[in-house]
Amino acid sequence: MLDKTVATLEEAVSGIADGSTILCGGFAGSGIPTELMCALLNQGAKDLTLVSNNAGNGRLGMGELIAAGRVRKMIASYSRSVDPKNPNAAEFAEAYVAGRIELECVPQGTLAERLRAAGAGMGPFFTPTAYGTQLAEGKETRVIDGVGYVLEQPLKAEYAFIKAHQADRWGNLNYRFAGRNFSPVMCMAATTTIAQVDEIVPLGGIAPEYVMTPGIFVQRVVVVKGAQ
Amino acid sequence: MAWQKLSRQRMAQLVVDDIPEGAYVNLGIGMPVMVGECLPKDREIILHSENGILGMGPADTSRPFDTDLVNASRKPVGLVPGASISDHVVSFAMMRGGKLDLTVLGAFQVSGKGDLANWDTGAATNIPSVGGAMDLVVGAKQVYVMMEHNTREGEAKVVDRCSYPLTGAGVVDRIYTDLAIIDVIDGSLTVRGMVEGLTREELQSLTGAPLKFAAQVAVLKN
Repeated sequence: MLDKTVATLEEAVSGIADGSTILCGGFAGSGIPTELMCALLNQGAKDLTLVSNNAGNGRLGMGELIAAGRVRKMIASYSRSVDPKNPNAAEFAEAYVAGRIELECVPQGTLAERLRAAGAGMGPFFTPTAYGTQLAEGKETRVIDGVGYVLEQPLKAEYAFIKAHQADRWGNLNYRFAGRNFSPVMCMAATTTIAQVDEIVPLGGIAPEYVMTPGIFVQRVVVVKGAQ
Repeated sequence: MAWQKLSRQRMAQLVVDDIPEGAYVNLGIGMPVMVGECLPKDREIILHSENGILGMGPADTSRPFDTDLVNASRKPVGLVPGASISDHVVSFAMMRGGKLDLTVLGAFQVSGKGDLANWDTGAATNIPSVGGAMDLVVGAKQVYVMMEHNTREGEAKVVDRCSYPLTGAGVVDRIYTDLAIIDVIDGSLTVRGMVEGLTREELQSLTGAPLKFAAQVAVLKN
C-alpha cells in the first residue's frame, strides 16, 4: 500500500541535513507552509538555502529561521517588505544589512521557469527577461532573430515545503484560490516534497481532473489544522 | 495662461479611456492601482495578477479577509465571474509569452528610447527586489508608464539616459505624466497630449530628452 501521510510535523521534516536547499511555496501571504518552517526551526538544520518568492511573511516560520542564523542564502524575486510600516520581511532585512545572509535576486518568471526546467529534466534555457539589465551581468547572453536572451540555469533542490488544501494518501494535491502560486512547480523541482494540508481525503476524493499536483511529485503529507 | 498639473485621478482616467474593450491588462503597484479603481463597471477589461489570477476584481468586504485571495501588494482582492486561477508557470507564460494586451507600470525614470527604470534606485542600502517587472516588460504587447513628470526636487523623470538600473531596454510604448501623454515611437518621443496652458518650450524644459510633437496635440484638462 502506498501511503505518504505522516502523523506529525516533526516526522514530516525529519532527515533534513545541514546545507540543504529548500523550496518554500507561497506568494504575498498566500499558500505559505508556515508550520513546516516552524517545525524545521525545532529540527535544527542549519546552513540552509531557501528559495521563495518573498523573504518572509511576518516573523513566524521563515523570519524565525533567518533570525536564528540558520539560513545562509536566500533565492527570491522580492525580498523587500512590501509595506515598510508593516514589514513582512523584517528579519531578512536585518540579516541582509548586517551581511549575515546572501541574496540571489531572480526575476519572478525566471524563478518559476528555472524550477520548471529542473522539474521537467531540462537543461539551461534562454529567456528574454532581464536582457540588458544588471540582473544579466555575468551570464551568457545571445541575440537570436533580433531578440536578446539571457542563459538561465535549472534550479533544483533536495526539499520543497508546500501548503496545499487537500491531499490523499498518494500525495495528490489541490490548492485554494491563489494559494497555488509556486507550489506545483516547486513540487516538481524537489527530490523530496513535503506538503502540509488542511485535510486528507480518501483516494478518489479529489476528482482526477481536479488534481493540481499529481502525487508522483509529492513524498510526504501532513495535516495541519487551522494553519497560519 | 497658468497651467495646472493633472490629478492622479485624471491621469488614471486618461489611461482607462485608451484601454480597448476586452483587453487583458496587468496593473503594476503604486499609481497604476488607480486605473483599476477607475474602470467603469459596464466595461469588460480583464485584470491579471502575477500570482495567477485572471479576472481580478474588488474584494468582497462583507467577508473576512481570505489570505489565499490577494494581489502582489498583499491586499485582498476578489474574482469576477469568468475568472481563472493558474500557477506561476502558467501565469508568467501569459506575461512573458506575449498574451497580455497591456501593462501599466509606475516608473522612476523612462529614457527617450523607451528604456524603463522602475525596480531599484541603485542605492547601496536597497535590498534588490525585482518581482515580476522584468518579465512583464519583455512580454506585454503594450507597456504604458504612469508617473509624475518631475521628481519632488524638480528633476526630469523622462531622461536622455536612465541613471537608475534598468528594468528593460526599449520596452516602453507610452508615458502618461501629470503634464503630458508621450508616445515612444522608433526610439524617440512624440507628445500626443499636454495640459492646457503649458507651452511646448516649457514642457521641453521640464523633460530630459528631446520631444517631437504630433500633428494634433490633445489639450488635457483636469
